[in-house]
Amino acid sequence: MGCLEKLPYEVILRNSSFSECRDYVKENFREIYTVPPGYKIFDVHIIGVPPVTIGVEGDTIVFPYTKPCHGTFLVKVKSADEALKIRQNSYKKSQKK
Amino acid sequence: MGIDKNADSALLVLGCPQVPVQTTVVLYIASRLKKAGIKTVIAGTPSAGMLIKYADYDGYYVDEVKDLDAIIDLITEKDVSYPLCFVFIHNDAGISYAATMNSVMKSVIYPVIFGKNAEELSGQIDFECEKISAVAVHNPKPLINAVNRVIKWDA
Repeated sequence: MGCLEKLPYEVILRNSSFSECRDYVKENFREIYTVPPGYKIFDVHIIGVPPVTIGVEGDTIVFPYTKPCHGTFLVKVKSADEALKIRQNSYKKSQKK
Repeated sequence: MGIDKNADSALLVLGCPQVPVQTTVVLYIASRLKKAGIKTVIAGTPSAGMLIKYADYDGYYVDEVKDLDAIIDLITEKDVSYPLCFVFIHNDAGISYAATMNSVMKSVIYPVIFGKNAEELSGQIDFECEKISAVAVHNPKPLINAVNRVIKWDA
């Protein structure tokens, strides 16, 4: 996981499918962004099937992290800089009502 | 469908080497590509790469073995591309890698789907491509047959 491993992160879902992680983000977070596959967050590229959804909640980012042997993990990392970067980029934003 | 004669290189993206047929079919495709004059680059996890490296110790079939994360970094950050890309799939993560490769490269993508759940996984690929798929775990022949049904090798 590279530098991400050095950050305090929380695993929300483990050994899941990509679509399970996407559904979880859509159902549980209000501020959701759609990014292209390969989008770099911290030092990792998001591997996934479009639409790739990531959730932002205050300074916390929730995103899928795929490992070839273990499927997809949904991880939660606090980073004010990354949250700001995602908000400033013109990725499609959807707001849950 | 024949292999594009203008293609000079192919990227073979390997999944976890948990299913035995993967290494054999990777080397089979690499050998056919090599005969057609196409440079082959393997991208995989360290263990998947090691299996290939020592199975083709003198590099008869494979030109380069690279780390999967490093290749993704090159493609997304440095605009490196390969005209052909075979993505080996036996689990949900493989589907994610195939969709990502389809999104980040303007390549002809061939998903190579195998393992016990090959049919179900094949149904999850919704981008335009020619799928190579067979229920194959230990015996590579069904998957080799599927490769040859989809690709008409010139050499």
